[in-house]
Amino acid sequence: MEVFIQQVFNGIMLGSTYAVVAVGLTLVFGILHIPNFAHGHFYMLGAYVTFFLMTSWKIGFWPALVLTAVLLALLGVLVERIVFRPMRDQPQVNAFISAIGTLMFLEAFVMVVWGPQGHRIPNPYPETVNLLGVVTTQQRLLVIAAAVALIVLLHLFIKKTVMGATIEAVAQNREGAMLVGINVDRVSSITFAVSAATAAIAASMVAPIFMVSPAMGALLGMKAFIVVILGGLGSVPGAIAGGYILGLIEALGGGYISADYKDVFAFGALILILAVKPTGLFGKEIG
Amino acid sequence: MRRGQFFRKKWPYLMLLVLALAFPVLFPSRYVLQVVTMSCVFAIATVSLNLILGYTGQVSLAHAGFFAIGAYGVAITTKAGLSFWLALPLSALLAAAVSFFVGLPTLRTRGSYFAIATLCFGVIVSIVAGSWISLTGGHTGIVGVRLPDPIPLPPLGEIGFHSKAAQYYLVLVFLLLTLFVMHRLVNSVQGLSFVAVRNNEVLAGSVGINTFATKLLSFVIASFFAGLAGGLYASLMRSVSPDVASINLMFSWVVYLLLGGAGTLAGPVVGALAISALTESLQFLAEYQLLIFGALLVAAMVYCPRGLVGLAETAGRRVKVYYRRRVGMRSDLEG
Repeated sequence: MEVFIQQVFNGIMLGSTYAVVAVGLTLVFGILHIPNFAHGHFYMLGAYVTFFLMTSWKIGFWPALVLTAVLLALLGVLVERIVFRPMRDQPQVNAFISAIGTLMFLEAFVMVVWGPQGHRIPNPYPETVNLLGVVTTQQRLLVIAAAVALIVLLHLFIKKTVMGATIEAVAQNREGAMLVGINVDRVSSITFAVSAATAAIAASMVAPIFMVSPAMGALLGMKAFIVVILGGLGSVPGAIAGGYILGLIEALGGGYISADYKDVFAFGALILILAVKPTGLFGKEIG
Repeated sequence: MRRGQFFRKKWPYLMLLVLALAFPVLFPSRYVLQVVTMSCVFAIATVSLNLILGYTGQVSLAHAGFFAIGAYGVAITTKAGLSFWLALPLSALLAAAVSFFVGLPTLRTRGSYFAIATLCFGVIVSIVAGSWISLTGGHTGIVGVRLPDPIPLPPLGEIGFHSKAAQYYLVLVFLLLTLFVMHRLVNSVQGLSFVAVRNNEVLAGSVGINTFATKLLSFVIASFFAGLAGGLYASLMRSVSPDVASINLMFSWVVYLLLGGAGTLAGPVVGALAISALTESLQFLAEYQLLIFGALLVAAMVYCPRGLVGLAETAGRRVKVYYRRRVGMRSDLEG
């Protein structure tokens, strides 16, 4: 039973990261219809920027986190403007290729600047806590709490602000949104900024627990895509649910059956779920 | 078609064929031949990806998985003593059979859902290849795979595959074979129904095409040739590792295809050869290589979205228009 609770806790922590990264991706992929395969690399770059700010500039953890989010939001706007805006009227596969170009560029950039080896960020909250029989560190609890806070904030942003409402309007009907005077270019920029910033915050939160390495973005980016598809394209609740489901499958499958094959369970589960529900758990239309 | 007409229409292709046949004589360097042979192997994979992605419009990201099944199939069975010439078709058939069972659930989905579902399968293959140590050798893979067995030719001896030139010709034959099959396929009625499904699946269904069966057929044929390319790769590289199932390999084929020109027969071959040559010539940049390549890729997509073949077609049309205008002006002056 104790092992079970421990695994569920690990699953929730993993799932929190997946959920936050996937919500950022579902905004770009589900709403702007841009298959941004470089999303995981925004995450990776976010971790590196935090690492750089904390070790080279000796900034504290929280200011570094905020600064990273701002920097990555700017990068998101830049990437949207240079890479994806010219692709708007072309088949989705072309944007996919551009995304691959972007991720190669970002990964090579990080390799050139910081080298191929992994780095460790000093853990700001390393104390262990005993919670209901589960032994964990404060940082891990913080990851879960921050994920919940971030998801609530994003929800409020989309549902309660005018800017968020314009994003939702573009998602529902692009032409209709243009007709009522919404600037779609601006919405695209904002969506990319929010998307990249959330990925960066998730990365900064998790980075002190795991190593920071140039390859950390690729697998996470792929899992974010899986979560988005699992939940249904463009569905924010779907992305959140999908993130926690994937985290739990991985932790339980890895803990009880085989650690080597933990990703096989996660990816296999997606194929099975899609076989039953071809548009994902919360998906409505076929995209 | 009369014989003279055939040559007049097809002479550029015949020139290319002569050039391809003469290539090892023109460039006898082992390094160049090795690079070109491997890009031809990848060209086979890209040509087959073109069938499902370019002609049928389904973005399958499982292609490296089937390539890996073919590669491991040949590596394991030839190590067990089977002849290469039996192992290769069997491994390709195995890839096709697996793709049938993968296609059944995944082809129920459409668009991005299909892309991600097939991506999942590709990742599963690479994880299994890295973890099933007793069968695949884990992350080190299988080394010391046999070269293709010599073909006996009674009066002359036999055709061996130890020289790089012989390996090049072997792959060239398979590439031409693949292109021939694809050419016949896409110009058949079945090929038209692939394109119909790509252009409008609902409409294709309403005129009586069984869209699911059409997509499944395209997926299985494409996977067969991916497995074939994988088998050639394993035998010529003399080793396999989980890298053959890697997502990066998969992505590079999509790049070859899209930059070459999807939905054309020449596109994937042009893309595979041109981009392999480009990446080889960027080797001197060392760690900056991917930095430059990534930027070039984005620029290419922004400035020539229809790929190199599309670019060539547009240029060809412009030249023709220009030429006609000049001829027209001259006849105006003369008349």
